[in-house]
Amino acid sequence: MKFVKVCFALAVAAFAGLAAAADPIKIGFGMALTGPLGGNGKAALIAMEIWKDDVNKAGGLLGRKVEFVYYDDATQPKNVPSIYTKLLDVDKVDLVVSSYGTNVIAPAMAVVMRKKMAFPALFGLAVNDQFGYDRYFQIMPAGPEPKTDWSRGFFELAAAQNPKPKTVAIVAADSEFALNAAAGARKNAEAKGFKIVYDKTYPPPTTDFTPIVRAIQAENPDVVFVASYPPDSAGMVKAANEVGLKAKLFGGGMVGLQYATFQKNLGPMLENIVNYDFWVPAPTLNFPGVNEFLKKYQHEAEGKGVDPLGHYLPPYAYAYMQVLGQAVEATKSLDQGKLAEYMHSHTFKTVVGDVKFGKNGEWATSRMLMVQFRNIKPNDLEQFSKVGSRVVLYPPAFKSGDIVYPYKQ
Amino acid sequence: MDLFANAIVAGVLLGAFYAAVAVGLAITFGQLDIVNIAHPAFVIVGSYIAWIVNSRLGIDPVLVGVLASPLFFVAGALVYRVYYAAFERTGQESLSGLAFFFGVMFIIEVSLILVYGVDYRNVTASYIGESIELGYVGIPLRLLVPFLAASLMTGGVWLYLSRTFTGRAILAVAQDRLALQLMGADPVRIKQWAFGLAIGTTAIAGALLIIIGPVEPSVGRVYIGRAFAVVVLGGMGSIPGMIIAALLLGVVESFVSTFAGPSWAPAVAFGVLLLTLAVRPSGLFGRA
Repeated sequence: MKFVKVCFALAVAAFAGLAAAADPIKIGFGMALTGPLGGNGKAALIAMEIWKDDVNKAGGLLGRKVEFVYYDDATQPKNVPSIYTKLLDVDKVDLVVSSYGTNVIAPAMAVVMRKKMAFPALFGLAVNDQFGYDRYFQIMPAGPEPKTDWSRGFFELAAAQNPKPKTVAIVAADSEFALNAAAGARKNAEAKGFKIVYDKTYPPPTTDFTPIVRAIQAENPDVVFVASYPPDSAGMVKAANEVGLKAKLFGGGMVGLQYATFQKNLGPMLENIVNYDFWVPAPTLNFPGVNEFLKKYQHEAEGKGVDPLGHYLPPYAYAYMQVLGQAVEATKSLDQGKLAEYMHSHTFKTVVGDVKFGKNGEWATSRMLMVQFRNIKPNDLEQFSKVGSRVVLYPPAFKSGDIVYPYKQ
Repeated sequence: MDLFANAIVAGVLLGAFYAAVAVGLAITFGQLDIVNIAHPAFVIVGSYIAWIVNSRLGIDPVLVGVLASPLFFVAGALVYRVYYAAFERTGQESLSGLAFFFGVMFIIEVSLILVYGVDYRNVTASYIGESIELGYVGIPLRLLVPFLAASLMTGGVWLYLSRTFTGRAILAVAQDRLALQLMGADPVRIKQWAFGLAIGTTAIAGALLIIIGPVEPSVGRVYIGRAFAVVVLGGMGSIPGMIIAALLLGVVESFVSTFAGPSWAPAVAFGVLLLTLAVRPSGLFGRA
């Protein structure tokens, strides 16, 4: 009889254990794991998995394990609404976060807003301008006016040179992100009193950029601002070197030059280009936890065909999960309204530094870095892990060196 | 003046590369009537092989492409065998065949993603980033090397098809399958050979693509429209027509990019295609 009782007690205990284990907090998201932004999407996922493991090792959130439910949106906006509908209606996730990139964040907004979910988002430019959603939180440090903040530093640097440059060329890809960035650049250029002598867009499937760079060169601009996607950025940098672009300041909003594989391949062609970035090894950006995180990331990324250094996106992918996790722990709740209120009213300590959101869910103050490539050696990945290959020029609070001007010595 | 000269040169260089991508399709789609929508996906496989060998052994990408083309030839012949057995033999080639090649394209893309990830891939070669100056005109070697390789390859394919026995048999199977059979040749074997040849060219085209710019698994889709347009504009299966069409597309794109704005380039290029087809429905060198 005693044996039966013990067995019963054990069975109950096991069942209770199972029930507790089967009741994790589910975080749902779509992610660009394939398609044009797949490289970064996969890197983001690695960073998010590291966060999940860190949290679960420390006992989970509210004492419950954290679990991810995610689907590949293939960087296709059309896949996104159905993914978030499924996450919320079928998978019944407790929390959602966004996929990576403007083009796949915007289509999720309608679904997320209908369900009134708090929505930490990963690298979308000015997405909330159109929605005005009060539960949207953008981890990208573009700032309260993302369109203009994006290139403000670039044009401030230009205006600070002596003699002050006069003319500007703006070239952008025909896509939402790049057009937004170009619109902001136009405003900044005009505000600083520059004359815009070339202002054109190119279609994303462009193979050869030399005709574009030649057309820009023909206008002889002092400053060239480019808003481009990764393969185009590589094409643009190569064409600028081949044509011998004579601009005094070149760069601005080129996506891709932050990736280790591009940096290694382009090598000395990057010399003196001034481009935006979000994190580089510099004493001014040595936030608590960021180096430990990168070490873990670099270990996980090995052999997975993603950015081997992971300076650009992964720390922010980890940080937007930290924001969500800290809000859950602090409010002791999964109530979306409480979470959103907390995220609006508090400053978060993350691996990308202190994060404080403004009214529109963007960073309360912009931290768009303008960095300059310096003394770049050919075919050397290691140099980009060290301080000095990318010098922070802007904003002044994070500055790690002075500009080399003009671009072509 | 120098903008004008540079626009023409850049267009010719780009056009020759388009011809390298489209020459295989001119055989499969133009001559064999097989809608091989997976053609650019094979080009990407070529790029990946160039990348793998180049990054591990440092061998020049063009040489890798040439060395890999026999393997691609065999792979192409095998793909045709499957296609023939499953669709062509039973007369279901039109729609089911299209679905088959769509499937092949997806399988290639997904396999590349699973094995190598989705990061962009690049090759290194001493000539990338260098350029030579000839008077007004600056020629980037990154585009000149693909131009030379593409010209040799498309020229070679053209000579092969017009001068050799097998080459002419391929043209014959395109025109009249039954007549070829009556001459004692096996049309299936000829088509298999031709399909292999077409896929063989993608090894080299892929190597040229990755010299020009970075490549990721789904980038081939960008070239589906252009490659098919070049084949149609050239006159469905005419190699010289295809070459002229590719050069025309390249020059128009480069011109519009330089003088009107790059956004208009594809619209104007495809506008030229539509206009040409309105005047000559069978394409530039097509047989009416």
